[in-house]
Amino acid sequence: MTLPTPSSPQEQNADAESAASLSRHASLGDLGEDFHPDELRQILGTMLRIRAFEEKVDELFMQGAVHGTTHLSIGEEAVPAGALSALRPDDYITSTHRGHGHCIAKGANLDLMMAELLGRETGYCRGRGGSMHIADVDTGNLGANGVVGGGIPIATGVGLSIILRHTEQVCLCFFGDGASNEGTFHEAINMASIWNLPVIFLCENNQYGMSMSVQRATHVHSLADRAGAYGIPGFSLDGNNVFAVRQAVREAAERARAGHGPTLIEAITYRYKGHSKSDQNRYRTRDEIADWKQHDPIEQLSRYLEKRGLLTSEQIEQERMQAYADIEDAYAYAQASPEPKVEALLEGVYA
Amino acid sequence: MSTSTSQQTGIRTAAGDTVEMTYAEAVRAALAEEMRRDPSVFLLGEDIGIYGGAFAVTRGLFEEFGEERVRDTPISEQAIAGAAIGAALTGMRPVAEIQFSDFMALTMDQLVNQAAKIRYMFGGKAMVPLVLRAPLGSGTGAAAQHSQSQEAWFAHVPGLKVVLPATPADAKGLLISAIRDDNPVVFLEHKLLYRYKGAVPQREYTIPLGKAEVKREGTDLSIIAWSIMVPRALAAAERLAREGIEVEIVDPRTLRPFDEETILASVRKTGHVLIVHEAVQMGGFGGEVAARIAASEAFNYLDAPIRRLAGADTPIPYSPILERAAVPQEDDIYAAALRLVREGI
Repeated sequence: MTLPTPSSPQEQNADAESAASLSRHASLGDLGEDFHPDELRQILGTMLRIRAFEEKVDELFMQGAVHGTTHLSIGEEAVPAGALSALRPDDYITSTHRGHGHCIAKGANLDLMMAELLGRETGYCRGRGGSMHIADVDTGNLGANGVVGGGIPIATGVGLSIILRHTEQVCLCFFGDGASNEGTFHEAINMASIWNLPVIFLCENNQYGMSMSVQRATHVHSLADRAGAYGIPGFSLDGNNVFAVRQAVREAAERARAGHGPTLIEAITYRYKGHSKSDQNRYRTRDEIADWKQHDPIEQLSRYLEKRGLLTSEQIEQERMQAYADIEDAYAYAQASPEPKVEALLEGVYA
Repeated sequence: MSTSTSQQTGIRTAAGDTVEMTYAEAVRAALAEEMRRDPSVFLLGEDIGIYGGAFAVTRGLFEEFGEERVRDTPISEQAIAGAAIGAALTGMRPVAEIQFSDFMALTMDQLVNQAAKIRYMFGGKAMVPLVLRAPLGSGTGAAAQHSQSQEAWFAHVPGLKVVLPATPADAKGLLISAIRDDNPVVFLEHKLLYRYKGAVPQREYTIPLGKAEVKREGTDLSIIAWSIMVPRALAAAERLAREGIEVEIVDPRTLRPFDEETILASVRKTGHVLIVHEAVQMGGFGGEVAARIAASEAFNYLDAPIRRLAGADTPIPYSPILERAAVPQEDDIYAAALRLVREGI
């Protein structure tokens, strides 16, 4: 595919329009030419595991089997799957409250994730964090974040650390359209820009900050237009197209590793489920949700693979079954895991 | 100059092995020594480079360490704090300067919701070894938004450490410990103390976080004071000594962790307690100190109620007369101490 050059806002606008229409009306086209079939299968597997994980979590919350709250990213799977497929294992991510997909795409262990959601001692955070704080610092997953926009300055700091340590890593910073209206967005992207830090600011525009639509919350045509305010490249693309996401992140990572600084990418996507478990979807129509489901990222990729003869429908079904089986295994592991001990309440406050 | 050894710190100071320097120079010396020792230590903040910092604390460091490690930032306090967190999470030891402690209000999400909680939220599997330095306090005529003392805000947050040195020697030894600590540390320097001079050991030393120091020994009254209130209490104590009242002054030096035992030992010894701080009394850390004493067996040794002397319930005003009246001065400490010992109130 060809990405637009970041030369003018007009071009970015035009691209945003085409990206938005792409997400709703087009198929994946010929964007996957440079993939090895195994890699495509792996990306599909990641997307399927994200969906299976979140469907299971949704089910558990419906049953009241898990306490607290959770934020599901069903419908947005192409963004993390495409983005992380373009990065090195030693690269970093910062994530959001809607972060299960980021975690899985970064290679997290499903057992430890599910154990964390069930508040078990074996979970990633020993049951202290829950859905909104899953992290695995050793593998470069610097954590989900309960504060909208809270991770953006942290990503800038990771970029700073990378250039001070001369490691040629990058930091991929996930955030949503809602976070793009937080002050941290402005301060942190400006700082990353002036220091040419190797950070990829990846905005998952899922159309709503809780109930407020992006059209009501901002007056720019495309959130990628905001890149112009920081003198960095900005791209808006179809976030349900896993190849488009992968390509944009790959190019942004190349620029970052070459010392050319950060990139702002807006991936236009949609969340099928409510903001959290209390959401009754009063701010949008059933038709709107149904329309977006016509352009489901997993369906699009599956159709593409089948049409290209890269995977048979049986193989795709096999991937799907495997994903759901993995999640059931993770749930079994979590259920069998011990609760934290009350005597350990104060452990981990200080190093 | 006589030789004295502090039991708490083990710092021995004697003629010949100390050097006289200001509090600001001591902070600078700590930064420079740690940066020479550990390449992961770097500084970031507003105007800390060629300008040398709003209070000239980092002057000369830019020349020695360069712009990579003495990093001027835009006026973006959230990003300064957040950048420090991201760097700390990934192997660095950042020391960020917030130009005035008042502007820490702008960092509060990053400091309180992120830095302080990350380790716990992540199940004890991450470290955030950063220092946020900031000048606090009144006395410069800078009025309400550049003069506060907010140590109690930070002391209320599990996961943070809170340090308020009162002397050049403490500033240096505590800052080195803060930089080497694996937790986020809020290091609050009183802007009036920057010009104070004191003896600082020439050899390498550290002062552990969480160790109070008896700044003056006495038998009649314990004054618990920190930051600028330590020299003010010491001056008042000299005057009280001429009245036959021997004051013991205990400086906790760090509010988190808090060395309760040294304070209780002093209370048992004197039977009178006056807690002095510049911060507003309502909700101030003095209330915590008073509660700890009241809840301990040391309470039985008290001959009079626990007294607090602290900032008036007002923003810091501009007028010099009002500004002085808003926070405890040496005369106020003298008067409160005299009354407590003589009249028991």
